[in-house]
Amino acid sequence: MGPILIVAVGRVHPGGLTALAHRLHTLLRTPVSETIPDIDPQSAFDPSRQQYRSDLLLELIADRAPADGKVLGVVSHDLFIPVLTYVFGEAELGGRAAVVSTFRLHNELYGLEADAVLLHERLVKEAMHELGHTVGLLHCYTPGCVMQPSSHTDLVDVKSEMFCRNCALQVGLEPLPTSPVQ
Amino acid sequence: MPETIKVDHQTARLLVVDDEAVVRTSLSRWFEEDGYQVAAASDAAEALRFLQLQQFDLALVDIRMPGMDGMELQERLRQVCPDLLVIIITAFGSVDTAVQALKQGAFDYVTKPVDPDHLSHIVKNALAQRKLTEDKSRLESEVSRLASSGEFKGESDGARKVKELVTTAAPTDTTVMIRGESGTGKELVARALHMGSPRRYFPFIPLNCGGFTDSLLESELFGHEKGAFTGAHYRRKGKLELADGGTLFLDEVGNVSIKMQMDLLRVLESKQFVRVGGTRTVEVDFRTICATNRDLEAAMRSGEFREDLYYRLNVFVINVPPLRERREDVSMLAQHFLSEYARATNKPVESIDTDAMHCMMEYRWPGNVRELENAIERAVVVCPSRSIRIDDLPEDIRHSPDHPDDLSLESMEKRHMADVLRRTGGNVTRAAAILGINRVTLYNKIRKYSLR
Ligand SMILES: [Zn+2]
Ligand SMILES: [Zn+2]
Repeated sequence: MGPILIVAVGRVHPGGLTALAHRLHTLLRTPVSETIPDIDPQSAFDPSRQQYRSDLLLELIADRAPADGKVLGVVSHDLFIPVLTYVFGEAELGGRAAVVSTFRLHNELYGLEADAVLLHERLVKEAMHELGHTVGLLHCYTPGCVMQPSSHTDLVDVKSEMFCRNCALQVGLEPLPTSPVQ
Repeated sequence: MPETIKVDHQTARLLVVDDEAVVRTSLSRWFEEDGYQVAAASDAAEALRFLQLQQFDLALVDIRMPGMDGMELQERLRQVCPDLLVIIITAFGSVDTAVQALKQGAFDYVTKPVDPDHLSHIVKNALAQRKLTEDKSRLESEVSRLASSGEFKGESDGARKVKELVTTAAPTDTTVMIRGESGTGKELVARALHMGSPRRYFPFIPLNCGGFTDSLLESELFGHEKGAFTGAHYRRKGKLELADGGTLFLDEVGNVSIKMQMDLLRVLESKQFVRVGGTRTVEVDFRTICATNRDLEAAMRSGEFREDLYYRLNVFVINVPPLRERREDVSMLAQHFLSEYARATNKPVESIDTDAMHCMMEYRWPGNVRELENAIERAVVVCPSRSIRIDDLPEDIRHSPDHPDDLSLESMEKRHMADVLRRTGGNVTRAAAILGINRVTLYNKIRKYSLR
C-alpha cells in the first residue's frame, strides 16, 4: 500500500492517533507516521449545517500524501457530503487521500457510557475502510470484511478490522490467518 | 431488509442528474464505492444525450434545475426509455412536487439531505424490484415462445373448431378429454390448454399410460420411497407430485388396466395419494387432461373401462379430426414443417413442387400430422435441390391409392396395421391379436411407421 501519513485536522486527541498508527502499521505492514495538526479546516465548514464537508477536507489534505503513499485525515467534527445527512468518512477511490471522523464513533453520542477501547477499534476499522477505497477496493459483503459499508456504529462493531482474503489479495496484501473468508 | 436483497452491482448503471457539481461528484463517488457504474449529467439536455449513448438502470434526478426542470425531464425520460427507474431528489419542503413526480411514474423520491442508509435502501429496492419485473417478463416471453412453437396449426373448419374449444376450456380448471387418432396432435392440444390456463407458470407433465406394466405405471404416477422395491435406491417423485400446481396430461388413458383405473380414479378425485412403499399421504393440486384414440364407450360396454372413471374424465371433450378429414391443411402444415426442418438441418430447401404436393394432398395419412412431419423431415434430408420433388417422398406416399398393386410389402404392412389399429381404437393388445404378432413387435412397427 506504500507509506501512510496520518494528519490531524483540527483538534484531535493525540494519544488516539498514536494508537491508530500502531494498529495500521500492524495490519497493513507498511510505514505509518503522524504529523502535527497544522491544517485549518475552517474553509470546509458549513455554518448552516454545523458540519464539515468531507470532499473539501480531502482537497485540503491531498497534497500531503507521501510519494507512492496515502494521506489519512482524522477529524473530530461531524462530516457530510451534500445530499447526505452525514458520512463517517470519505476517500478518493483509487486516489491518495482519505478522511475519517471520530464524531459519530463515540458511545456518548448515543447516550451510552464512554468506551475508549471501543472508540479506538471503531476508528481503526473506519480508517482501514477508507484506506481500502484509496487502493481501489469497493464495498464487500463478505461477513467480517472491513470493506462492508457501515453507516451505523452497530454495523461497524460487527465487522472485523481486516480485509477479507479476497479484498486483501486484490490489493496485493498477503492475507492474515485470521482474515475473514467468504 | 436491504442487506438481504442481492443486486448485481457490477451491471447496474446509475445516472445522476444535478446542476450542482458538488452533488454530482459526491453522489457519484458514494455510489462508485458501492460498485455501481455511475455517470453524471449537469442538466436535462446532457442527461438525454447520455441516455442515447448508453443504457441506464436508474436515474437520480434533482427536481429543480435551470432550463428544463426535473418534472419535465422525468416526462422526457419516460418517453425516451420507459424502463428507466427514476428517483427524484427534492429540497426540503417541496414534498408537493415530489408527490406529483410519483404520480408521473417516479419510483420514489428523497429529500435533501438524505440519510445514507435510506438512500442506499431505496436504490437497492428499486433495482431489486426491477429485476423481479424483468424476470417475470422474461418468463412470460419464454412461455409464449413455447406456446407458439408447438402450436396446433390449421385453417380448416375442423382445425378451427379445435382451436375454438381450446380457447373456451383453457382458462377454466375443467377436466378435458382429447379424442382422436394417433398422430393428430392431441398432445399439442393438451399443451395449448395448459398454456392458456392460469397454471401456465407451473409444470406441464405428460405421462403415456400405454406401454407400462401396472407396477411401473404405479411408480411413474405415485413415485416411490427409497427401498420400496429392488432397484429403488432413491426416493423418487412421481408425475403426480411433479405436476403439482400445473397440468397432468394422461396420454393413452384408454390403455390403463382395470386395476390401475381404480387407483387413478381415487387420486383424480381426492388429489391425495401415498408413494409406493410409503406411509405418508401426499397432497397435490393439478388439472387433469387426458387423451385417447380408443373407443372408450365400446370398452366401457365390454367391461374393459370403468364407468365411474369414464364419467370422471369425459367432462369436456375435444375431438381432433384426422388429417384426411382436413386435407386443406396439408399444404400449410407441409410448408411449416419444411421451413422448420430446413432451418434445423441448415439446408436451402425452400419449396415443394406441385407434383409432390398433389401426391401429399391425395394420400390418406393413416399416421396423420406426425406422419406428415416425418415425411417432410426425411424429404428435407434426402432432397438434392431447393425444391422437394415426388422422388424425395417416402414410398407409400409416392404411390397413389389408385394403384394399390404398386405397393411394396412394407407399405402394405403399414397400411394394414394402421387399419387394424383404427378399428381396435388403438388397443395394441387387441390389434396384435388380430395381426397375429406379439405386442412388442407391434409397438416396434408402430414406432417405425409413425403410426402414433
Ligand atoms: Zn465505503
Ligand atoms: Zn472483502
